[in-house]
Amino acid sequence: MFFRTILTAGAIGLLSTASHAGCGIDSGSVRIGGNDFPAYQAVAEAASQCAGGGVTVSVDLNKDHKDRQVASLTANPAEFTSSLANNSALRVLMNDGLVQPLNNLVAKHASGLQDMQFVTVDGKVMAIAYMANAQHLFYRSDILNAAGVAPPKTYEEVLAAAKAIKDKGLMEYPIAGTYGGWNLGLEFINMYLGHGGEFFESGSAEPAVNNAKGLATLNMMKSLTEYMNPDFLTYDSNAVQADWEAGKVALTNLWGSRAGPVTDGEGSTSEIESNTKFSSAPTVAGGSIPATTLWWDGFTIATNISDEDAEATFKAMMNGITTEMAVANAEKANWLIKGAQANPAGVGVLASASGGALPYPMLPYFGAMHTAIGAEIIEFLQGNESAEQALEDVEAAYIAAATEKGFL
Amino acid sequence: MPHYTFLKFIWPSALAMLVFIALPIMSTSVQSLFIEHEKILETVENCTPFGCKEITKVDLEATEAQKAENPLGKFNGFGTYTNRNHLAFSELKQAWRESNGLNEFLAEVFNLPFYKALSFTLSYTFIVTPFVIIIGFFIALAVNRLPSFLKGPTIFVCLLPMIITPLIGSLVLFWMIDAEGIIGSFLQSIFNDPNLSLKASPTLTWIMLFVYGIWHHTPFAFIVFYAGLQTVPRDTLESAMIDGANRWGQTRHVIIPHLMPLAVFISLIQIMDNFRVFEPIIGFNAQASATSLSWLIYNDFRSGDGDMLFGSAAATSMLTIIGVSILMTPVIVRTWRANRPSQGVS
Amino acid sequence: MNKKNSWLNILSLSFILLWVILASVPFLWTLWGSFKVESDFFSKQDWRNAIFGVRTIIETGGMFTTNGYEGAWIKEEFWRAALNTGIVTLSVVTISLTLGTLGGYALARSGFRYAFWILIAALIFRAMPHITLVSGYLLPFFELGLWGHLSTTIIVLVAINQPFTLWMLHSFFSTIPKDLDESAMVDGCTRFEAFRHVIIPVMWPGVITTGLFSFLLAYNDFAITALLLTEANQTMVPKIASFLGSAQEQGNVMFAVAAVVSATVPLFMLVMFFQRQIVSGLTAGAVKG
Repeated sequence: MFFRTILTAGAIGLLSTASHAGCGIDSGSVRIGGNDFPAYQAVAEAASQCAGGGVTVSVDLNKDHKDRQVASLTANPAEFTSSLANNSALRVLMNDGLVQPLNNLVAKHASGLQDMQFVTVDGKVMAIAYMANAQHLFYRSDILNAAGVAPPKTYEEVLAAAKAIKDKGLMEYPIAGTYGGWNLGLEFINMYLGHGGEFFESGSAEPAVNNAKGLATLNMMKSLTEYMNPDFLTYDSNAVQADWEAGKVALTNLWGSRAGPVTDGEGSTSEIESNTKFSSAPTVAGGSIPATTLWWDGFTIATNISDEDAEATFKAMMNGITTEMAVANAEKANWLIKGAQANPAGVGVLASASGGALPYPMLPYFGAMHTAIGAEIIEFLQGNESAEQALEDVEAAYIAAATEKGFL
Repeated sequence: MPHYTFLKFIWPSALAMLVFIALPIMSTSVQSLFIEHEKILETVENCTPFGCKEITKVDLEATEAQKAENPLGKFNGFGTYTNRNHLAFSELKQAWRESNGLNEFLAEVFNLPFYKALSFTLSYTFIVTPFVIIIGFFIALAVNRLPSFLKGPTIFVCLLPMIITPLIGSLVLFWMIDAEGIIGSFLQSIFNDPNLSLKASPTLTWIMLFVYGIWHHTPFAFIVFYAGLQTVPRDTLESAMIDGANRWGQTRHVIIPHLMPLAVFISLIQIMDNFRVFEPIIGFNAQASATSLSWLIYNDFRSGDGDMLFGSAAATSMLTIIGVSILMTPVIVRTWRANRPSQGVS
Repeated sequence: MNKKNSWLNILSLSFILLWVILASVPFLWTLWGSFKVESDFFSKQDWRNAIFGVRTIIETGGMFTTNGYEGAWIKEEFWRAALNTGIVTLSVVTISLTLGTLGGYALARSGFRYAFWILIAALIFRAMPHITLVSGYLLPFFELGLWGHLSTTIIVLVAINQPFTLWMLHSFFSTIPKDLDESAMVDGCTRFEAFRHVIIPVMWPGVITTGLFSFLLAYNDFAITALLLTEANQTMVPKIASFLGSAQEQGNVMFAVAAVVSATVPLFMLVMFFQRQIVSGLTAGAVKG
């Protein structure tokens, strides 16, 4: 939001000479597009310091970027030379071959990157990751103490803790969850992976969620909703955060990027904030890995641009993800960048990752699965159909969509 | 008017509609007949900040070759229209064969996304439209009876629900009807039920959306009717008065027939707009309980992180257009008849 | 009779009062709440907080705060969006009405059957969901380098608005007696001269009414402006939506509320100013089916 200004050579004048020298770019056009939130803004702003001389940098961050990313990169020349992406967005861009392998650029210009930052497919570097995010457990230590239960490590313990809180009359709806729209699909995916489930027949796009693990996942979700506000199907992250800050909720599996905002001294009381604690996402059904998905965010370089622009963009983006940027914006994300200080609110994400949680799947047909789940399990959670029927519907809806996409 | 003169007047408008609406409609109808080429998959290793894993990926070269051969995709005829996510013919047949009794059959039908959406869309259209017309009519009558110094400000306030953007209007109302919000708590105390929540039950969500629709659209009917009332010929009213007609008689025999053409116009626009109901579902986060045809299209475009189902969205769009056309047929026929006498006078 | 009338008066007055309350309360509520902090206006504790401003007093020290307005207008530079909306709205209204009056006049005077079919086609065009249209525009606009400019969006909005404009103005011109322009043509005017000298002077009420609806469409559009404009060219409604946050970010809901109140002010002034014309424009027959 803050850099709507397109920084051009003329506009910056003297100041730019110094900074653009630091990027080592002589010419080219850098056009950055991506979703709009503080961490992306920080990266894009650092990258736009490279403007000057023969280099132009423009930044266009928009909440609806995912809706235009394919069209904007399909055009030739592409509207954006770099599209900021996460697991899911990269999957979509790769399906159409819209982003180029970065191996040559990495060999020439990348220094100081950690090995973990390379997102590779078949040995080709497709994106450079710079931050991580995941849903993990938020809990209220004071409420759990008052209810006489320890911080839960498994979803079974979450249910027991919620029961204890409710029975003691401490809270009416102790659990909250992002069960509305797109998020609902993700909650199922988290829980199903926690159960050790597989979404597809191995090596093919045939669905395979209609099984005992799928049923167990749905039943666990249903049990959780019994301790949630009856409006749970309309809850997104903002609604959960609002309930949390109002002290109405003691347990939730919420995004790591919300950990900072709920402890920032605004919108809540100090009593609630000081007792807000974070830990790894719980495991479920005796499983060993946390029931959550790990997300990375990184930058890509478009295919349909000139080599000159690709090189300029790569260098500018490298300047966007420096250690200085990460240090200066420590509270905005869990940076994967070397030398970045650990974010105090990032313990939950780190604990989930080190607990072995799986990344959000990058399978080409996974988008159709996510959508089908989110749309078809609602009636089960409303109590209007059986779990078996819901899973049957998921598979049927997925098959129709995947057939249209040419995967089946 | 000679054809040539007609063309000179209409071409800018016709060109704009042709390029930006007619062409897209045509390309949409073509698109709805195609699906994407079969994707050739290969298994590769994928490494991320969180470790390495075997995944499948699209073999681009092989897929590109197919694309070059036939850029539109694979011809599928009406396959997309009849698949499970649209008209679902084979699922309907199966449900008909296997279900005992009508209730079970209907339950199966409304479990299918298209019919679920259609049932809400039609209910919304046929509940909101008449209410809008009737309430709008009575507000117009009532405002018309006000002393003239009150008319201006009242008209202004009455128009408020229409002039605000639906995205924002529904956002504010969404908070007000929350169980902790002002309207939500008010309703709880009226019905003496502390657990009452408008957002939790599908039935209440439907009612809430209907009420919002009526609230949002009534000013349109009101302002059109109010203007129409100004044109009611005074002498007709007076002669009705002399004949001893009371207020109701006047309204019934003079005003309503006079306003009939306006009611037709309003219902035309309203049926069309209500059939495309979409914003309130997003604004109220109501997709769990209420979906509409436009929402299905939105879902095809927006739910997959940029992974758009163009064919599916195109098929639903075409079905929407067909649905609107069917609903409008009676009105169109009426307009056709009304227009006939003036034909050929040029 | 008199007694009956007074009862009727009371009934009709209370009916109108009820509607006035229903129509205005959400706006008064928003206006009042825009001077509070988020945890009051969107209180999860008790809705009365929005009235008494409990948290506002704790967080800012006063009953009212203008933080929302300062944040939106100064920090987030909402004025840019307001400026863009001004440009878009003004252009859309002007172009729409110019094209619409010409087309509507031709349709009303044609007398041939195809005029009726053009009107029906326009209605069917209007049935196309906007979201399908905008998704179809994206790729060609990116390919041709047209994406992101205000002018592209203006033309798209004009085109999408044409069916409604044509219908309305067609109905309006049908109520202007044919003799008016035809006698001018007998006197030797061309059709266009007749239109200019005879029709234009009498068409304003209908044009103003139609213009109001074009204005509302352009001013309130979200589906099209959200995807077709760059950040720098963003109009008010998508800008407000961007304040609302996303999965990653909480957003500044109070900025959005303050921006909504600000965005409503010009609408107030417009309706206040034109309400007499709107009514008289409709009276002149702008919308007779």
